[in-house]
Amino acid sequence: MISGGSDTSYRKQSVVSRRMFILSAAKLVVFGGIIAQLFSLQINQNKKYLTLSDKNRLREWKLPPIRGDFQDFFGNIIAGNLKVYQLHIIPEQVENFNSLIIRVKDILELDQKTFNKIIKKKNSQKPWETLIISENLSWDQFVKINFYLHELSGVKPVLSVARSYPYNENYTHLLGYVAQASQNDLTNNDEIKKKHVPGLRVGKIGLERSLENDLIGMNGVQRYEVNAYGKRINQIDHIEGQKGKSIRLTVDTKIQQKCNELLKDRAGSISVMDIYTGDILAMHSSPSFDPNLFLYGISYDNWEAIRNNPKKPLINRSITGLYPPGSTIKPIVALSALENNVISPNFKVNCSGKIEMYGQTYNCWKKKGHGVVNLRDALKVSCDTFFYEMSRRLGVDRLNETAKKFGLGNKVFNDIFNEEKVGLVPSTEWKKNALGRGWVLGETLITGIGQGYIQTTPLQLCLMTAQLANGGFKINPKVIVNKDDLTFENIKSKMNKNLEQKIQGPDFDDALVDLGISSNKDNNLYSPLFRNQENVKFVLEAMFASTNEVRGTSFSSRIEDKKYQFAGKTGTSQVKRITEAQRELDLDISQIPYEDRDHALYIAFGPYKNPRYAMSVFIEHGGSGGSTAAPMAKKLFKVVIDRHEEREKFKQKNINFVA
Amino acid sequence: MFQETALSGQITFFQKLRSLDYILLFCLLILGLVSSLSMYSTEGGEVLYHTKSHVIRFIVFFSMMLIFSFVNLKLWHSIGYIFYFVVLCLLIWASLYGVKASGSQRWVDLYFINLQPSELMKVAIIMCFAKFYHRTQIHLVNSFKNIIIPMVVLIVPILLVVSQPDLGTSILIGLSGLVVLWLSGVNAKYFIYSSLVLLISLPFVISFLKPYQKLRILTFFNPDRDPLGAGYQIIQSKIAVGSGGLSGKGFLKGTQSYLDFLPEKHTDFIFTLFSEEHGFIGSVLLLFLYAIIIYRTAKIGASARSFFGKLFCYGFASSIFIYVTVNMSMVLGLLPIVGSPLPIMSYGGSSMLATMIGFSVVMSTKIYQKQIIA
Repeated sequence: MISGGSDTSYRKQSVVSRRMFILSAAKLVVFGGIIAQLFSLQINQNKKYLTLSDKNRLREWKLPPIRGDFQDFFGNIIAGNLKVYQLHIIPEQVENFNSLIIRVKDILELDQKTFNKIIKKKNSQKPWETLIISENLSWDQFVKINFYLHELSGVKPVLSVARSYPYNENYTHLLGYVAQASQNDLTNNDEIKKKHVPGLRVGKIGLERSLENDLIGMNGVQRYEVNAYGKRINQIDHIEGQKGKSIRLTVDTKIQQKCNELLKDRAGSISVMDIYTGDILAMHSSPSFDPNLFLYGISYDNWEAIRNNPKKPLINRSITGLYPPGSTIKPIVALSALENNVISPNFKVNCSGKIEMYGQTYNCWKKKGHGVVNLRDALKVSCDTFFYEMSRRLGVDRLNETAKKFGLGNKVFNDIFNEEKVGLVPSTEWKKNALGRGWVLGETLITGIGQGYIQTTPLQLCLMTAQLANGGFKINPKVIVNKDDLTFENIKSKMNKNLEQKIQGPDFDDALVDLGISSNKDNNLYSPLFRNQENVKFVLEAMFASTNEVRGTSFSSRIEDKKYQFAGKTGTSQVKRITEAQRELDLDISQIPYEDRDHALYIAFGPYKNPRYAMSVFIEHGGSGGSTAAPMAKKLFKVVIDRHEEREKFKQKNINFVA
Repeated sequence: MFQETALSGQITFFQKLRSLDYILLFCLLILGLVSSLSMYSTEGGEVLYHTKSHVIRFIVFFSMMLIFSFVNLKLWHSIGYIFYFVVLCLLIWASLYGVKASGSQRWVDLYFINLQPSELMKVAIIMCFAKFYHRTQIHLVNSFKNIIIPMVVLIVPILLVVSQPDLGTSILIGLSGLVVLWLSGVNAKYFIYSSLVLLISLPFVISFLKPYQKLRILTFFNPDRDPLGAGYQIIQSKIAVGSGGLSGKGFLKGTQSYLDFLPEKHTDFIFTLFSEEHGFIGSVLLLFLYAIIIYRTAKIGASARSFFGKLFCYGFASSIFIYVTVNMSMVLGLLPIVGSPLPIMSYGGSSMLATMIGFSVVMSTKIYQKQIIA
């Protein structure tokens, strides 16, 4: 066949060439479009996509921050970090996980329950996530694991840190304890949320909780390159974390331990305070428990033991226990009466063992009565009849004013302990508002002997005693040492200056505070709480008599050595109203059921010549203050005074030592 | 007849050798090298299975292409229809007894190779149409018979490939066929009409799509609607390209690739990997390399005396352009994700074989450019 006419052939060629030309032009445009898109992605939006690419490939692993220490006044660590040996497995890196884990179980001698827990944990996490087999290997286990390590590939013994409380139950209520952060902790504290890593321990109660943000420290960060499945490929960098702030407390471990020893097997609280600096030397609540138990999750048995203990170890009695102060309120009642010129020191009452008023009988603790007593004697022998009469004349509102000034019915600390209780000092207005009923005069009488509505914490009583013992000046109670804390000398001279000012002229500040215009606590720090210091001195002298003179309620607990000599006031507060019949029976303490027994209290300060420390001893259902609480104070005073020299020496050496 | 024989007889082997298009061959070799290195990079800098087989395939098929280049263009012309029918039979075979993989039935097991006939169809359709229009006189091109026959020839394989299912390849076959129809002078109004019909029938077509295909189209318009699912590929691909910047992250340093964020990096997304590692400069150079290949192919077509050779070269150059455009637009987020390899760069034997067969015909056209086919 001869090819088609040259004309058709030419036309065909020209059509295809023309169309190819159009197509080529279109191709150029399209390629231009692709280049434009490349330009847009790679040049214009390069930063955006580079960030996205880094976000893809880089993962940060926060390391747990190392918690700051707690130290006692002398720099001894009372809550620190212990090196612990842990055992980690990354399941992904193990060839046969099941046989490995059984081998590990045999070597560590794990029980079936723990073993099941580990398996459950393994199944709940990703295969490349570290599985913690044991948070705290014993030394024996650690050695054993290392011995068999060559046949346990994928198993990693790791050195880590965990909170430890070397003094076990001694500081539990003061420091609190740490445990795994809960959902609540995360929602309530942003700092915890920011720094949270699985297994992070945070403060649950006490100072561990309130100082969390100082203690927690900074996370270390490990940055890894990961692949699309989240597996770590290699480490890019490592930023060291920062240990949390170490916090030095005012407490003295020796005294604290002594308190614990004295309160052994009892429910109660002892607090010791420097009456000038406000330093709390010891604050112990009994019974206590070992906070180390909470570190790895407390076992059921241990928790049940603590929870079901009838003496309630979880309660911090020092600041959350509210009890009627009993006769330990009497120094304040006496001071209030003197300050308000209700009676003179020579005022006398004849005590016959009971007094009839408003159709009721009010009994004195001594059935036979004290006979004719003046104010000094009444404090010394703790005559209730005298105080009924004096309170009647004083009235509850004036008593309330004095008691609050000296620290009752207020929180001792500003906000360090969220669980701290305010307590209650009643007034006519309070009753109207709170109970909707008018004040009954008889209630004034029992308030005057520290019964009825009045409730105080043991630490409030300690502060009250301290503020009496320093001559009646306001102080700042504290447990944490600060750099700018005033020294004893500074405080003393401040007090003297404030006293001079008060004597020289009408106290404008005082007037303002009285009128409720000025309420700045710091402004009147170290300023007098009294109108006439002679009144305070009178009360202190009467307290001396109560301890150091024959017939004084705590005479048997006195120390004659001037170095240790102290003054105090006993208290025995009733838990429930007793009937006349029961009163007649006069049962021995061992014959009364535990819950019905009286609380025993004692407040004291010393050394008497130059007072420096105040303490309060409280024994729940301990019987009488004179027989139970005062002897403990005697034993403790020896230690406190002996430790004083050590404390002063340490202060000299470490003027600027904070922590 | 006599004339032609005399003419072909005058060309000696050395003349043939000399008349090969060396620029085109050089560009193909460069592309082969670049693709082998990219394959090496997908395997994280190790010569593993993909790299090895890619290099071997390239060498084998490139050599085959060189040998086939010396085949007389007349022979290519004469087997134009047969080639089409053989591939069509293979397609039918594939849909009846084909090897199934990842949800579609595209391959036939030829004992020594798993062949994907749909890839071969991309070339076969061009060859078939080139022969058809070579034999059709220009004034008859737009006759009813000459419109219907090519339509049937085009639609049958498309339907077969769609049913595999393989939307990407069927679109590419369709586009390759249409471009040849356009070049051979089919009236522009048919294209306009059929585009209108397509546009109107689009909702119906979409209703016939498989759910995953619909998802891909939806994802194209908004990749962020499901960033970890359907949108994952395109998002990760754009991140890889975008983070490459001007000069790229460097050879073997494409983090998106070696950390496995990039899907299908051996095949459809090989350009993404290349672009991440070599940046804007590298990508434009690669595009330029393709442009030279397309240009040289078209140039051979321009100088061919036979209409068959001319139409094939133009058609093949245009379809290379289409493959490149569709693939790159897809990985750059300009088109929805449909399976479409980048010629020679992407891993895949059938695709490479088809491409090399095409270049054999192109080279043969060059050698026999003065030959006239009856």
